[in-house]
Amino acid sequence: MQRTLENFFRALRAAEIRVSPAESIDAHRTVELVGYGDRQFLKDSLCVALAKTPEEVASFDDCFEMFFQRQEFEAPDDGAGGDGDLPEGDDDAAADLSDLPLAEMVMSGDGAGLAAEMEQAANRVGAAEIRFFTQRGYFARRILDEMGLRDLERLIAELRRGDDESDAALGQRLEQGRRYLLEESRQYVERQYELYARANGENLRDEFLMETRLSNLEQRDFDRMHRIVRRMAKRLATRYSRRRKHSKRGQLDIRRTLRRNMPHDGIPFDVVWKYTKIERPRIVVICDVSRSVAAAARFLLLFLYSLNEVVERLQAYAFSDRLIDVGDILEHKDVDEAIPEIMVKIGFRPTDYGQALDDYEEGFMDELDRHTTVIILGDGRSNFTDPRIDIMRRLHDRSRSVIWLNPEPESFWGTGDSEMPRYRPFCHVAKTCSTVVHLERVIDDILKSYARA
Amino acid sequence: MTETATAIPALTVDGIVDGLGQVGYICSRQIATAIFVAENLSKPILVEGSAGVGKTELALSTAAWLGLPLIRMQCYEGLDESKALYEWKYGKQLLYTQILKDKMGDVLGETKGLDDAMQELHGFGDLFFSEQFLEPRPLLKALRQDGGAVLLIDEIDKSDEEFEAFLLEILSAFQISIPEIGTVTATVPPLVFLTSNNMREMGDALKRRCLHLYIPLPDAKLEEQIVAARVPDIEEKLRRKLVAFVQMLREQDLKKLPSISETLDWARVLLLLHADDLAPDLVRDTLNVLLKFEQDVDAVRPQLAELTRKSRQAGDRGYATHA
Repeated sequence: MQRTLENFFRALRAAEIRVSPAESIDAHRTVELVGYGDRQFLKDSLCVALAKTPEEVASFDDCFEMFFQRQEFEAPDDGAGGDGDLPEGDDDAAADLSDLPLAEMVMSGDGAGLAAEMEQAANRVGAAEIRFFTQRGYFARRILDEMGLRDLERLIAELRRGDDESDAALGQRLEQGRRYLLEESRQYVERQYELYARANGENLRDEFLMETRLSNLEQRDFDRMHRIVRRMAKRLATRYSRRRKHSKRGQLDIRRTLRRNMPHDGIPFDVVWKYTKIERPRIVVICDVSRSVAAAARFLLLFLYSLNEVVERLQAYAFSDRLIDVGDILEHKDVDEAIPEIMVKIGFRPTDYGQALDDYEEGFMDELDRHTTVIILGDGRSNFTDPRIDIMRRLHDRSRSVIWLNPEPESFWGTGDSEMPRYRPFCHVAKTCSTVVHLERVIDDILKSYARA
Repeated sequence: MTETATAIPALTVDGIVDGLGQVGYICSRQIATAIFVAENLSKPILVEGSAGVGKTELALSTAAWLGLPLIRMQCYEGLDESKALYEWKYGKQLLYTQILKDKMGDVLGETKGLDDAMQELHGFGDLFFSEQFLEPRPLLKALRQDGGAVLLIDEIDKSDEEFEAFLLEILSAFQISIPEIGTVTATVPPLVFLTSNNMREMGDALKRRCLHLYIPLPDAKLEEQIVAARVPDIEEKLRRKLVAFVQMLREQDLKKLPSISETLDWARVLLLLHADDLAPDLVRDTLNVLLKFEQDVDAVRPQLAELTRKSRQAGDRGYATHA
């Protein structure tokens, strides 16, 4: 049973549930305590010991159901009929098959024996190592070879070649058994794949998306992207949205101690320690949704949306030629509604950075102070209009820092109508940011700078 | 760690369900299983779930059922060792040194030279850092209970990360090191509940040391049992209707779904108003007991007639059955 449990842990790990050695010891002790008798009881107890978040509980449920369903295969299969069915046992015919255990088991209808045999063969060929969808056929065949299918096939061919009618009938029955085996091993490998590898594939996809340039992302990845971005935003938010006071242990605040202890004649009964205050980040995001960045705009907005979900003090603006406050839309609409609505309102028009900055200064410049970080998401391509560098300078002077994230690579900055080189001196940070990974790194840096202050 | 010496008599999951039922906490088998495993493995339980599903109540009820003292520690931002574990009674120390100043003179008057005086002082041991000057805080108290205790560390997610790290020693070995005194080990490991509202992700190290229990919103049947146990005076038909109504509310897209505590409050309100049926007007007037946000109330109000009608049907039919 040790083996079974270890395999179960592997399946859990594949389903993104972390099982550390400590937890596996807990699980073993739990099983010792609970036993394998009561399935539901076992499931509940293991779940308590192993799954550590509500999401993990859900994956645990699936994984447990799938993993322990496999054991039921050990019962002889007398299922739906058709090609997959194991032929009825026939004792006198089975006699001359004694040198071929596989054929014997097939003929005697020993489903449990076959299942156990398959399990062992699978262990020998390492079916649990399956990684990719395309390996299923390969493993199914390897397992059967390991069980001695080739000998069986040879025997079937021999029997069929002969003239003897009873031999042919036997061959026919063995053929049926062979098909049953094929079917079973295919299903077995399928389950192995589901258990050990599918999550792996999903992760690969996620990782791929995180590294893909925003402008190359496709519409159909939108949901998945939303999930990834939200997860990232949440991670950032939990790390940085707390702890406003941080005590410096062991440093006496002498001034305040003396003041507080005046009533005690200056004898320091109440001591006061020094602490530093940590600010919560306050962020203004200005997002370009114009025609030139159209491909990336949806994802920039998606990011903005997720950030708005998790960061408390966020002001969000979007612009093409004019700039509008989109905070309300992000706040009150679902993501599927909010993004198209913003795009309809303001998106896909020719860019005019100067006008947008002017709109910002007119309406919202007051909110900037030395605690605010301004993030500008855009390519800096302004259609040769006046870039209003003067406003950019004021933005720079008033805020704590200005960060410009540009989806274009740096070598493109300054070509054509790009005004990046002129804006750049007024940004504390100007970076290329074309993938989700970039995005996360940059935001992480920003938030970190608050924690340090 | 194989044998646990607690005050709990031979435990079974059914026993736990019954026992908690006796003190008015109706729990699912999952919850009972968690307590069963926690007790046998001497591990703390991290209880998660949305506000008002009875996380804290679980600890209180367990303590009541087992007749163990409940020691509760409420976490908040800035909570540190001196509030959670122990603190030296600084004021008392200061006061005593002032009062004893003269006595010192008497004791040390006989001695010749500094060395002698030092020797003499050493003879008194750690006068001011002894038990008498130690102010035990919840964690230390819990470890020192000889008959075992239930320790509730409430809303652990509100505490700082440093504090979480500090808890690790206590949660895994049930012991604490106090530099001046030594290591305090629990004679009987307390049954520890940590609750979390998921304000932030808990660290992996902490999670690994705990069993994890997620309490979901209850299904209709369980919820009816809970209402019956907590508000026994309410009439059965009305109970069924109000639970059906709440269950339907939970399927709506709301900012804050009503949880068990809201259902119980509502049941009590209906009882107070001598309601014997769910009239739409009555529901409209008392909706703010269930829904805590103005937007939610606004969102539900238009469907109120429909919802009450359905829940009244459900109440007449039997247990609320809907997917």
